[in-house]
Amino acid sequence: MSAPTAVPAPRAATADTVLEVRDLCIDYGVGAGAVRAVTDATLTLRRGEVLGLAGESGSGKSTLAYGLTRLLRAPGVISGGEVLFHNRPQSSAFGAAPNEVVSAGTEIVDLLGADMAKLREIRWSQLAVVFQSAMHALNPVARIDAQLTDVLKAHRRQMSPTERRERAVELLRMVGISADRLRSYPHELSGGMRQRVMIAMALALEPQLVIMDEPTTALDVVTQREILEELMQLRERLGFAIIFITHDLSLLIELADSIAIMYAGRIVERAGADELFHAPRHPYSLGLLNSFPALHGDRVRMEGIPGSPPSLTALPGGCAFHPRCPYAMDRCRTETPQLVRPVSDPVRTGGEDRVAACWLQDGLQEPPAPLHREATGNGSPATDDTHGSDQ
Amino acid sequence: MTPTLSDGTTVVHGPKRPGIPALEARHLTKHFPVHQIGPSRTRQVVHAVEDISLALPEATVTAVVGESGSGKSTLARLLTQLIAPTSGELLLDGVPVGSSAKARREYTRLVHLVLQDPFSSLNAVHSVRYHLERPLKLHKRAGRDDLDTKARELLERVSLSPSERFIDKYPHELSGGQRQRVAIARGLAVEPRVLLADEPVSMLDVSIRLGVLNLLDELRERERLAILYVTHDIASARYLADTALVMYAGQVVESGPATQITDAPAHPYTQLLLSAAPDPARTEPPVLRGRGAPPSLVNPPSGCRFHPRCPFAMAICKEAAPPPLPVATDQVAACWLHSAEHTAPADPPTAAGTGADL
Repeated sequence: MSAPTAVPAPRAATADTVLEVRDLCIDYGVGAGAVRAVTDATLTLRRGEVLGLAGESGSGKSTLAYGLTRLLRAPGVISGGEVLFHNRPQSSAFGAAPNEVVSAGTEIVDLLGADMAKLREIRWSQLAVVFQSAMHALNPVARIDAQLTDVLKAHRRQMSPTERRERAVELLRMVGISADRLRSYPHELSGGMRQRVMIAMALALEPQLVIMDEPTTALDVVTQREILEELMQLRERLGFAIIFITHDLSLLIELADSIAIMYAGRIVERAGADELFHAPRHPYSLGLLNSFPALHGDRVRMEGIPGSPPSLTALPGGCAFHPRCPYAMDRCRTETPQLVRPVSDPVRTGGEDRVAACWLQDGLQEPPAPLHREATGNGSPATDDTHGSDQ
Repeated sequence: MTPTLSDGTTVVHGPKRPGIPALEARHLTKHFPVHQIGPSRTRQVVHAVEDISLALPEATVTAVVGESGSGKSTLARLLTQLIAPTSGELLLDGVPVGSSAKARREYTRLVHLVLQDPFSSLNAVHSVRYHLERPLKLHKRAGRDDLDTKARELLERVSLSPSERFIDKYPHELSGGQRQRVAIARGLAVEPRVLLADEPVSMLDVSIRLGVLNLLDELRERERLAILYVTHDIASARYLADTALVMYAGQVVESGPATQITDAPAHPYTQLLLSAAPDPARTEPPVLRGRGAPPSLVNPPSGCRFHPRCPFAMAICKEAAPPPLPVATDQVAACWLHSAEHTAPADPPTAAGTGADL
C-alpha cells in the first residue's frame, strides 16, 4: 500500500490479538419462543491470522459472524457474552480521518457495548465484511466506481474526487481487474469479477479484520482458486486477519491457520488446520472430514455422518451431536461437554491449546483410535510458511 | 469437430460394457438461438452442446464433470427429451426413440431426471404419499388397492424406513437429504431404465451428501439402473462413477475410467480442474495450470476451444479442433499433445507425470 512501513508484517504481529470473543450467545426471538442459535462461542483471533469457521447450514456460523459485527437483524438478539476488538488504527499516508487515533497504541473496543458512532468508526475502516452473494450485495443500478468511491466519501472526507478515483483504480488493480471496468454495472461483470469487486471494497480502508461469509461458494473451482490466491497475497502484504466462513472443510484446511468447527450453535472443536486434518479430536470433525471423497488413493466406501443436523427448536439433550455419534456414551445424552484441552494432548507452551467439546477426551477412557492420532504423525509437518501459521 | 478416430470409427463416451446400452446418444448437438434486439443480419446461436456421442449401459454410473456453462446440464436435459436436439438421435435399448405421443410417454417413463434442488422439485402443498402415488397412477404401475403398499415399498428402496414415519409427511418436514430421497423414489416408481441426476447433492448439507451418493451407488447394482451423474465436483465423480466425462465449452475434452482420469489426467483442462480442486492432503499451495474463464459460446474460439487458456497451446491448436485421441485403456483426450504428428512441448502433460503433483 501507500505506507508499507506502517503495516505490521503478519509474521511478527501474530502474537497479539485483534479480536476476542467470549461466551457469545445469540438468540432468535425473545421469551419462550426464543431459539438459541449460538451458544457460548469463544474465539481469539491474532493479527494476520486466517481463522476458518466450518459447519453445516444452521450450525450458527454466519449468525456468529453477524453477531460479533452487530449486523444481526431482528429477530436475532445477542443475549450474552463479550466481543472485544483490539483496535490499532494504522497511520496511513493515505489519510486517516482527523478524529481517529493515529498512534501505535491499541484501544480495546467493546463491540457489544459500543454506541452507533463508535460502530460507524470501526465498521468497514477497521472491520470489514465480504458477503456471500456478490450479486445481491452490489447495487445493481450503480456503476462500480460509484460504489467504490462511496465508502471513501463517507470515511475519508478530506480526499478529493480525483484522489478517490485514483484509489478506486488502485483497488481494482489490486484484485486483478483493469481500470476500464470502473464504469461497468455489476451485471456486466462475471461472478468472479463481482466477488473481486466485493473484496476490493472491503479492503478499501485497510481494515485490520475481514469477515468473509462463503465468499467463493457460488463460483467455479478455477475462479475460486484464483480469488483465494489473490486474497492470500493481499493478506501477506496488508496484514489483515480473516474470519473465513464456509461449509467446505477441505478448502478451509488448505487455506486457514486455525479452524473452529461449529455444530448446532456450539463450537465443538478448535485446532490448527493441519492438526485438525491429521488428528481430529471431536467425532463430528472426524465425520466431516470423512464426508469429502479424496482425490487420491484407493476408492473406499465412505459413510459421511448418519442422520441429519438437528433443528435448533428441538435440540437433543446433553451433547447435541450424540444421536449421530458412533461413539456416544450414556453421559453424552445427559451432560453437555465443555470446550477443553483433550487430556491426552500435551500442554502448549506458545500459542493456544487445541480444544474439543467431547466426553471421550476427558481422560476417563481411552478415546477411539481415529480420535487419538498423533497431531504430526502423518508425514507433513504442521508448518506452512505461506500461510504464516503459528502452531 | 468430428469425434472420430483416424480409422473412421466414432468415439462413444461412457462405460464400456458388452451388449446394447440402456440409453445411447449419437452426435447430439444443441444450439440455442440468441434473441437479438433490433435488426440483425446474422442469426447467432449459443453452441451449448457439440456433437456428443454417449452410451449409458445398465448398472453403471457415468459422471459428467465441468464448470458452469460447460453444457453438462444441457446434455442431461437433451437426454430427457425436455429440449429437442438441433441434430443427433437417441436410442433406448438399441431402438431409435420415436416421436409419437405414445413413444414419448414411454420414454419419459424409462428415463427419469432427478433435479438439483429438492426444496423446489417437490410440491410443498402435497404429502410424500401424493408425490409417490401420482406417477404410479399416471403410468398405471399400481391399482387402487396396492397403491399404498407400492408407495411404502418405494420409500424402503431409498432407505427411508420405517416408511410410516415418512409417508404422510410434507416436504417442509423433511431434511434436504430426505427430500432428495423422495425425489429419487418418485423416479423409481415408474421402473425406469435410466436415471439422470443433475447435481443431486450440491444443495445438500455436507454430512448427508455421501448418503445420497451411496444410495445412487446401491441403486446401480440393485435396480440395474444406468445412471448419469452431472456434477462440478470432480472428487465426488471419482468416488461414485465408473466413467467420467470432462466437458469444456460444450464439448467432451476427456473421458475414461473415473479413477484413471483423476489420477492421470491427460487433457490440460482436466489438469487445470484438478489443480484448482480443494484437497486437504496437499502440503504445498497448488500451482494453477492455466488462468482465465471459459469462452463465450456464441463465438467459441477457433480450433481447440481451450487453447486461449492452455499453458501448452501450440500453433495447430488455434487452427484445427483436435479429435479424441486414445491416451490409455478406454481413456481418450481431445488434445493435439497426444497426437504423434505434433511434437510435444518440453514438459508434456503425460498421464504418468501429472498424477503425483496434483
